Amino acid sequence: MLDVGRHPNIELLAYSEVENLEGEAGDFTATIRKKARYVDEDKCTGCGECTQKCPTTVEDAFNEGLATRKAIYSWFAQGIPSTHTIDPDHCRQLQGKKCGVCQKTCKAEAINFEQTDQFLERKVGAVIVATGYTVFDPSRIPEYRYRDLPNVVTAMEFERMLSASGPTAGHLERPSDRAVKNEIGDLEKQLNKARKTLDKYEKDRGMDSAEVHGRFTRGELAEEEELTKWAQKYEDYQAINSRLESLKARAEEFEDARKLAFIQCVGSRDLRFYPFCSGYCCMHSIKEAIIAHEHEPSTQSTIFGMDIRAVGKGFEEYKLRGQSNANITCRRARVAEIDSGKRDNPVVVYEDTLQQKVKREEFDLVVLATACAPHNGIRELSGTLGLELDQYGFLKTQASHPLDSTKAGVFVCGCTNSPMDIPESVAQASSAAARTVQILTGLDKADSRQAVEEAS
Amino acid sequence: MSEESRDSKQQDLRIGVFICDCGSNIAGHLDCSAVTEYAASLPGVAFAKENLYTCSESGVVEIKKAIQEHDLNRVIVASCSPRTHQPLFASSCAEAGLNPYLFEMVNIRDQCSWVHMQETDKATEKAKELIRMAVAKCALLEPQQDIESSLDRRAVVIGGGVAGMSAAEAMAGMGMEVVLVEKEPRLGGLLRNLNRIGPEGTPAAERVKELVRSVQEKENITLHLESEVTSVGGYIGNYQLTIQPVSGQAVQETAGCIVVATGAVPWTPSSGEYGYGEASVITQMELEQRLADESFTPPDRVVILQCAGARCEERPYCSRICCLTGVKNALLLKEMSPETEVHILYRDMQMYGTGKESMLWEARGKGIAFHVYHPDQGLQVQSDRIAFHDSLRGEDREIPFDLAVLSTPLVARDNARQISQMMRVPTDQNDFFLEAHAKLRPLDFAADGIFVCGSARYPATVEEARSQGMGTAARIGTILFKEKLISSAIVAEIDPESCVGCLGCIQVCPYQAITYDPQQGVCRVNEILCKGCGNCASSCPSHSIQLRGYKPDQLFSQIRALAEA
Repeated sequence: MLDVGRHPNIELLAYSEVENLEGEAGDFTATIRKKARYVDEDKCTGCGECTQKCPTTVEDAFNEGLATRKAIYSWFAQGIPSTHTIDPDHCRQLQGKKCGVCQKTCKAEAINFEQTDQFLERKVGAVIVATGYTVFDPSRIPEYRYRDLPNVVTAMEFERMLSASGPTAGHLERPSDRAVKNEIGDLEKQLNKARKTLDKYEKDRGMDSAEVHGRFTRGELAEEEELTKWAQKYEDYQAINSRLESLKARAEEFEDARKLAFIQCVGSRDLRFYPFCSGYCCMHSIKEAIIAHEHEPSTQSTIFGMDIRAVGKGFEEYKLRGQSNANITCRRARVAEIDSGKRDNPVVVYEDTLQQKVKREEFDLVVLATACAPHNGIRELSGTLGLELDQYGFLKTQASHPLDSTKAGVFVCGCTNSPMDIPESVAQASSAAARTVQILTGLDKADSRQAVEEAS
Repeated sequence: MSEESRDSKQQDLRIGVFICDCGSNIAGHLDCSAVTEYAASLPGVAFAKENLYTCSESGVVEIKKAIQEHDLNRVIVASCSPRTHQPLFASSCAEAGLNPYLFEMVNIRDQCSWVHMQETDKATEKAKELIRMAVAKCALLEPQQDIESSLDRRAVVIGGGVAGMSAAEAMAGMGMEVVLVEKEPRLGGLLRNLNRIGPEGTPAAERVKELVRSVQEKENITLHLESEVTSVGGYIGNYQLTIQPVSGQAVQETAGCIVVATGAVPWTPSSGEYGYGEASVITQMELEQRLADESFTPPDRVVILQCAGARCEERPYCSRICCLTGVKNALLLKEMSPETEVHILYRDMQMYGTGKESMLWEARGKGIAFHVYHPDQGLQVQSDRIAFHDSLRGEDREIPFDLAVLSTPLVARDNARQISQMMRVPTDQNDFFLEAHAKLRPLDFAADGIFVCGSARYPATVEEARSQGMGTAARIGTILFKEKLISSAIVAEIDPESCVGCLGCIQVCPYQAITYDPQQGVCRVNEILCKGCGNCASSCPSHSIQLRGYKPDQLFSQIRALAEA
């Protein structure tokens, strides 16, 4: 990332989208919408002072909603460029309310609420489309109850949980337990506030809250409006306190997730959704199970899959190492459903196909290996660029010219092309660069056109 | 002010120290103001400044301005990791006229604030000590000049299969001179032996023809058929290779970069293994050849055995392409003869991606039977039947056949190790060539200027081999499109006066950068190959080797500075 940001031959237009492409290979004109950040890129130093002062809290998409960010934010800490951005949907000022705290805070005077989207034109010889993919939304599979059971998470959410700089600092704290802890935090604040109200009464009146409440319950305060209110406040206080105590008692038994289930092919190899294999998910489940085990050696993982596709250099060996060193069991099964068990434990229901038995097994946490779906915006982008999609919704290429889209001079690499893992994506990115140079030097125009003709 | 005049002021030491808050990454866990104040008090420090973000545009401008205004001749930035930011700060110093080798970086984030988050006082003290050490070393830094060398703008591709032809054709298309060496009399590699290419089913011969044409019509590709590379010398930008034809004189070629695209070969079982040797038992590659022969008629009953000789003790890896090939040929057999009964015995069906998985659906729809077997549970191939434990049914079974096809893995060539020694590049435990980084540098070798693609790296489909081949072209473009090769001056130097020629350094050098000069009886460092790791300097028994920028006096000054407190 840093290399791209620093490279003298690369103009980085982040937070921007291509809106139009005209011309032909060797001579395109791209119209690019540079979206308003409401922050002057030339002035912002990325110091982050504004995010500390911003009063608006928003769900953090980078952390898969497991943490929060502010309305002025950077996508993630090491992001390039480090320029911050105001989220116009949540910023108070941009929503017409009074705020402007970030503007007052920013020493670089970089905040500009008047900024508007800019339209840039760039003359280019070739275009590379590397827009990636969208992670399948598992709530579309009702039997896995992703939205319903708190301890069923996606692989991407699990990645964030495993990250030392993520929302759980690398500990496998279960979402149900985190929710309780958050509630404890909220209740403690409420309790504090309620206590202060009672303290004020006690100080003003020189009486004890419990004593006032005693009189109230005995019906002695019928005429005393103020004292009745006090007694009711005391009741509120006690209600909060008892809820808090019971949650705290529950929280004492909380333990990080130790028994993990990984469910493969969630949305992929499934005719209801995506018929194809996403290619990389077997490996990321194995990797996640190994990292979880490194973090906590008592972790046990079961991977449920129809086939374990460890197809890549060193992958099979990695899988075997995981099985022998990291408490990983691979279970040959397609999981039928996930049920709820005690202590918010998800229960995996499956047929162990090697034993021909239907089984139920309880886990602390279930991780869904969600499919690599064509990018949400790819249909629109393909229209803008004038490219065809293949039958699965990825950008169409052809086997003999694996980087060439259906339009001469436009190349496709990585998961925009089809699901693939990192080394294949990196290799493809290099080959897309090679194709681009051929266009830019004018040496290969004819070839590329011919390729397109053959494809169509 | 010119560089010379700044460098010549060594006796009058003027160090600038920039302390970075890194937002709250550093300043949140230690007292940066106190550290800055302390740095200003150290001997030789002429200027000290705390920045919110030293790496920001304004931070960098500040460094440049300070060099000019305070006449600095050394600069220290105490911030994050040199891995990410050293190039930025060093080049900024150079832009302000200071030799970039007079810049020193201190990591007070990864190795200080981040690891001592709850200990502000101790972290502050540690940051002070780290800076004191850097200031002490800084005084002894010497200006250096980057090493420049010439580039031979040609590339040699070894191997004329899909990957090698794709690399050659792409480089030629980018305007480079290419030498393509193929040991067989014809181009095409393994693809020549195939019938059709999955998943689309294009005839392999057509694809070979197309690729060969694209290579042959490029004027800037020199073709050496029936030839092998027998020696490789030199280094990035300046390789010398000997190309030996089967008959005739050896040819000397020079090149700036080399692509290794030597491919792999299908494994053949020895007689008796998996029933091989019986007329009714053939390998998948043999089936490919039969299918390509128009007179072939599929027999009534065919069994295809996946992972024959793969994912086992001798060859623990999955060969990636065999499931695709097995299903592709099963479908072809069914197409040619719908009455033929086809069984596929497998362990995991590796039909990754879009097109391959849909072949699997198609195969099931066409009545091809799939059975899961376990290699350790009674698998036995006889001349007319295969016995195995059907894991899904939980029973032992026998399936009679007229033809059994063994899907055997691709294995590294016999001479892979020999090539690896000649090229001085590593292979993995399966004798496939080992890339520089499994994820981020799949086509590079750790040795600069040499690249790998196709099945020489690991079994690849035709499409993957093509992508990888073309990818190496772009990797080479990043080197050969430059005017000259510039490398860091931080390399080892050997004092020929004290070197006794013990060869110890040659043993520890991971880059083969040291050679022995028998005339003088001393060892010599090739500055282009040397990566400055310091292995040789730390192991030289006569202390004849020093690593520039990390000389003993420079390192000892740091240690002394630490002990001073």
